[in-house]
Amino acid sequence: MTIQKFADNNEVKFALEGRLDTVTAPELEAALKDSYEGTTSLILDFEKLEYISSAGLRVLLSAQKVMAKQGEMKIVNVNDIIMEIFEVTGFSDILTIE
Amino acid sequence: MKELTVQATTENIQAVTEFVDRELEALDCPMRVQMQIEIAIDELFGNIAHYAYAPETGSATVQFGFEEEQRTAVITFIDSGKPYDPLTAEEPDTTLSAEEREIGGLGIFLVKKTMDDISYEYKDGKNILHIRKRLI
Repeated sequence: MTIQKFADNNEVKFALEGRLDTVTAPELEAALKDSYEGTTSLILDFEKLEYISSAGLRVLLSAQKVMAKQGEMKIVNVNDIIMEIFEVTGFSDILTIE
Repeated sequence: MKELTVQATTENIQAVTEFVDRELEALDCPMRVQMQIEIAIDELFGNIAHYAYAPETGSATVQFGFEEEQRTAVITFIDSGKPYDPLTAEEPDTTLSAEEREIGGLGIFLVKKTMDDISYEYKDGKNILHIRKRLI
């Protein structure tokens, strides 16, 4: 997976490419941990993300919990495969998806 | 039926995925189904890598079979680690809020939802888990 980070004042955007799975989820988790401080808007761009497994869902859930306390988190450009995963796991109700 | 035996490590999830992908591509599997199967491999082989032999390590075998009449792929995961039936794991409550959500049990739940069938048996000291998915 490739992670690109764009930061602008209090807004941080990550563009993910590839697969968010058992092996790559810890990479995103580490990148997020380094970015929370002072961030009020976190955007995850899934345009080039192929799919996500439960390891990735766990990282999104903990990010959602952190950001709910200090601002907001949005996930954008979600493909059909990932959307179906969000729906069956109930994550579509927890996350802000645009 | 084809099979691959590798060390049960998370690094080898990719080798298993590539092995299965080759078979699926030869069968003209739709991309969407292929992705769902790749996710299932991540969950199931990942579980074996994390738990079957912990803290030691061991090997695991993945078999690929195809039932032509129903266009169904049958993928079997076999390890000789601790007996563990993932189908007995408690299902997550998908209606809870982010604050209340627990993070356990999601992977196997996802596999149950996206595959057509999943079954487990413990036989001759081996955990044997089958998943079935129609390639349509």
